[in-house]
Amino acid sequence: MTGVKVEITVNGRSTTDEVEPRLLLAHYLRENVGLKATNIGCDTTSCGACTVLLDGESVKSCTVLAVQADQLAVTTMEGLAGESGDSLDHPVTAAFRQEHGLQCGFCTPGMVMAVAGLIAENPDLDERAVREGLEGNLCRCTGYHNIVRAALVAAGKDPDAAQAAEAESDAARTAPGFSAGSSEGAGA
Amino acid sequence: MIPVGFDYARPDSLDAAVALLAERGDEATIMAGGHSLLPVMKLRLAAPELIVDIGRLRELNYVKVDGDEVAIGAGTRHHDLEVSDVLAAEVPLLPAVARTVGDPQVRHRGTIGGSLAHGDPASDLPAAVLALDGTIVLRSPRGQRSVPATEFWTGVFTTAKEPDELIVEIRVPRTGSAGWAYEKFTRRANDWAIVAVAVVDGRVGLVNMGSTPLRASATEAALAEGKSIAEAAALAAEGTEPPTDTAGTPEYRKNLARVLTRRALETAAGR
Amino acid sequence: MSIMGTRVVRVEDPVFLTRGATYTDDLTDERLTGALHLTLVRSPIAHATITSIDVSAAREAPGVVAVLTGEDIDLPAPLLFPGANKAMVRPWLATERVRFVGEPVAAVLTEGRYQGPDAAELVEVDYEPLPAVVDVHASATDEVLLFPDAGTNTAAVYNKEDPDPDFFADCEVVVTRDIVNQRVAAASLETRAASAVWGDDGRCTLFCSNQNAQGARDEVAGWLGVDASQIHVVLPDVGGGFGAKIGADPEFGLVAWLARHTGRPVRWSESRSENMTGMVQGRDQRQTITIGGSRDGRVKAYRLDVVADAGAYPRLGVFLPVFTRMMAPGTYDIEKVDSRARVVVTNTTSTAAYRGAGRPEATAAIERAMDLFAAEIGMDPAEVRKINVVPPEKFPFTTKGGAEYDSGEYAKAIDLALEASDYAGLRAEQKARRERGDAKLLGIGVSSYVEITGGGAFAENASIEVHPDGSALIWTGTSPHGQGHATAWAMLASDQLGIPVEKITVRHGDTDQVPEGGGTMGSRSLQTGGVAVHKASLELIDLAKQRAADILEASVEDLEVDTANAAIVVRGAPGSPTVTFAQLAEREELKVKTVWDGKKPTFPFGSHVAVVEVDTETGKVTVERIWAVDDAGPVLNPLLCEGQRHGGIAQGIAQALLEEVVYDPDGQPLTATFADYGFPSAAELPSFDLVPMETPTPINPLGFKGIGEAGTIGSTPAVQSAVIDALAHLGIRHIDMPTTPLRVWEAIQNAVKEDG
Repeated sequence: MTGVKVEITVNGRSTTDEVEPRLLLAHYLRENVGLKATNIGCDTTSCGACTVLLDGESVKSCTVLAVQADQLAVTTMEGLAGESGDSLDHPVTAAFRQEHGLQCGFCTPGMVMAVAGLIAENPDLDERAVREGLEGNLCRCTGYHNIVRAALVAAGKDPDAAQAAEAESDAARTAPGFSAGSSEGAGA
Repeated sequence: MIPVGFDYARPDSLDAAVALLAERGDEATIMAGGHSLLPVMKLRLAAPELIVDIGRLRELNYVKVDGDEVAIGAGTRHHDLEVSDVLAAEVPLLPAVARTVGDPQVRHRGTIGGSLAHGDPASDLPAAVLALDGTIVLRSPRGQRSVPATEFWTGVFTTAKEPDELIVEIRVPRTGSAGWAYEKFTRRANDWAIVAVAVVDGRVGLVNMGSTPLRASATEAALAEGKSIAEAAALAAEGTEPPTDTAGTPEYRKNLARVLTRRALETAAGR
Repeated sequence: MSIMGTRVVRVEDPVFLTRGATYTDDLTDERLTGALHLTLVRSPIAHATITSIDVSAAREAPGVVAVLTGEDIDLPAPLLFPGANKAMVRPWLATERVRFVGEPVAAVLTEGRYQGPDAAELVEVDYEPLPAVVDVHASATDEVLLFPDAGTNTAAVYNKEDPDPDFFADCEVVVTRDIVNQRVAAASLETRAASAVWGDDGRCTLFCSNQNAQGARDEVAGWLGVDASQIHVVLPDVGGGFGAKIGADPEFGLVAWLARHTGRPVRWSESRSENMTGMVQGRDQRQTITIGGSRDGRVKAYRLDVVADAGAYPRLGVFLPVFTRMMAPGTYDIEKVDSRARVVVTNTTSTAAYRGAGRPEATAAIERAMDLFAAEIGMDPAEVRKINVVPPEKFPFTTKGGAEYDSGEYAKAIDLALEASDYAGLRAEQKARRERGDAKLLGIGVSSYVEITGGGAFAENASIEVHPDGSALIWTGTSPHGQGHATAWAMLASDQLGIPVEKITVRHGDTDQVPEGGGTMGSRSLQTGGVAVHKASLELIDLAKQRAADILEASVEDLEVDTANAAIVVRGAPGSPTVTFAQLAEREELKVKTVWDGKKPTFPFGSHVAVVEVDTETGKVTVERIWAVDDAGPVLNPLLCEGQRHGGIAQGIAQALLEEVVYDPDGQPLTATFADYGFPSAAELPSFDLVPMETPTPINPLGFKGIGEAGTIGSTPAVQSAVIDALAHLGIRHIDMPTTPLRVWEAIQNAVKEDG
């Protein structure tokens, strides 16, 4: 195993190191760069606690090698906190606080980045779209209720109205993942 | 967990990748998005000596119309399939199937080529390509060859691909306005399918009903004979030997195959 | 206006949402510089004799500093549950026999994190397999013993009296059923982790992920044979516990011992795959319920027989049937209640507390029994419940389970839930779907529950100090790991003292700063630690008044707090001199420490209505709506309280529908990753409808009961009941949890077969 030099832009700052090819991006961020917000909660690409943006798209950094991120740009939750590093001005983190979208905080950095990625791709979200969009992120504390609200708020939606609409919409009740062919309307 | 150590190469062209594979085919494993490979490496169920990373080869990421077919580069990610305008118009089944793979993060990394090469009978895209009567284009130093999807998967995690070959393209017919549907049954949204059924233009592909993706031939024959959807769907599990696990018994999976096939055919007929 | 009862956003969040919390594995504490990384070699076999362990190759691997086996450890093996059979000790590292998949066999210490798993693979262990004992009933026969020296697999028996054969003699109707309350994993998102370092002063600093620093300190000190004062436990932020992080894990003791042995700091953080076999699991009771009564709906007698699974090495799970028995009658006033429990060891992961810990098992059993009884006499299940609940005028009410229910309006809670859900409308929709012959049917489940909170340690301490700059510091013996005590405790103090919440800091989870404390578990925190903060605030005011009396030249009786200015003022004398807490603190340390002892637990209660859709062709169940009435007395901060209810409801639904730790007959875990274990995502759950209700307890001055586990306890039986209710017209009376698509479909097939 020979070391490989990588250069990865993390939260707008260029970082470089010589790494083992097997080094996971999550560990690169935590150990080599020293950004500890990104957590690792499983070893099967299931929980999403390690979610970061890679060139603007959400990925699970436990299932990306640091060498695969060479020459690319990574954004972690720390990257949403502004120059000072303590700003809550970002709409996603602000909404998580306002809606009590976190408890123990372990899933939070990944959840925040998954929401940021989701909104970047399509801000026109309803409750069902948020829930399905977060299918790759597990939380044990919140029951997701307030995370979903936070995502809706961050996307500029009224969470009360969105939740009421979902509760009233019988058609959307078919279990997610059950059918992409029949239950989700045109184009699904 | 942490993978066993390996050497890493990121060739800058397809030709270079093919050459490298020819040189070290026995010890090398191709990685595109890494979303089939890295999970098993992290659990130490696989330990390749050399990873050949083709994830950056832009020449493998495309969707284009080519005559009666749509050609899809092997490195095209699930997310790219989801949002492809060409596929939405020409092969609408594929974006719908791609949308059910894993979760958004997985879809941002995983590729169609990787999914087909991995050969997991529980995976979505192989059965869809099978139902589409697609072909898989392989390249090696010996040249290029096309394998029909019906002959590509040979067993659980095994395919007709030789160690020095890599998938470069997937070709599927333009199905246009032909009826299609994908019915995927899972316990949780991002689980692997317990059973899934892809229907397009009267052809039926089955997920997780055996050691490879399967076609429901008896159903297809019945449809061709003009039998009703209900009659045809009742034959969907004919000849299958589905697996047993905590999610289902063979009997249960056969029932799912029949129910999902009927629902998919009904949806397809309404399109 | 009082801050009590208002939606104050958490003071914890700004850090959590910017640089992230600091969990044990995140620590950059300089004391841990140069720490060794611990990797444990774990048994892949459930029950076997170890014939040899060869660590020679591993010792030669890159980065390896030491590889140790049980032979190298000079500490007595710990008995993890004090009341258990003395032969049922757990070796630090197994040397002779392994008793579950995941049991540690060797310890590998490496310089680098990535070197550990490489070296661990080189440890060669030869196992001679023994027959695995997985089923509790098989275990109870003692045919294969896990601990030959113990002479039995039974770890505990509660109530040895033979059941009275005439117990149900005067009942018109008797229904009995064997049911399963399956094993589940706590699955906190943060796995277990610990780091230890010994200082030049001979003390060990142990950082770990836990729900009770003081308890962990005492256990680890006991294991290491040192005085508790020699162990300094520090809890960094904790990524969820749910009961599974109560008490020290033996790995913590091992980490501390290895740090002492090597003279270097040691860090350990397990993988999820390790966690799913290594961390204690919850529930796991086989129950036989028998219920009898008259056709007018009156229940007269109820019996609960439990066989519980302790796993391989007895831990807290051995005790939990005590809670199950105590809460057996639920919200009902039943003339005769009888229960017994046996706890046995098996070749599986040890069991302990999981959100609810013994009470969900009681509630699920009695609620199933009520449904079975209702079905048998053909009465609406909600109606049967309302007939039998303890009426409000009977409180305080001593149950046949031996609990003293403090306060409750059980029928009102049911009515609120029925009203909120438009129960009659749901029944009409259910009927319409059945009549139309829909493939997707509606099921409606109603639960009524009462639970016990603060049932362990009734007392808790709190200290408050006000500083000259007007800020204040609170020390608490509770140990939040997501519950928001920094916000809630600050609100309690702020309400009395008038010091703004943002100027109050809460310290916890450090045994040097807070030497005593019961931690956070059993929904105890608010009613013990929170009330202690309230009491400390009042005592601080008393102290401040005494000191202010001289300054303000007034008698103490004439003084009061001006909360608008955080000051002591003379009552009814506007414009007269005042003195702020900060000014008093400038003159002399202004600090109090107090203990609140409620001397009793409290009994929160409620009612849930769940609506599910069951796809009869596939067996798939989707939770459509859930309405929850969870009455835990007055609400301090609705935001936090609702958060606790949401999380609890989700976990309860998960047990009813999705989650189960499964072992094959050889004791191999089939659910050892998050890919295999049915942990739900947002996509499987609906939003939750919370219905408010507040009935105070007389046990403490603020009327608080615990809310942490209520949602879990109420939702599980409601959802399970709803699934069965959807299929009631087919004659289906019971489906075990989790009600997976496979199970539901098979139940339908069997019902249709029997019918036809």
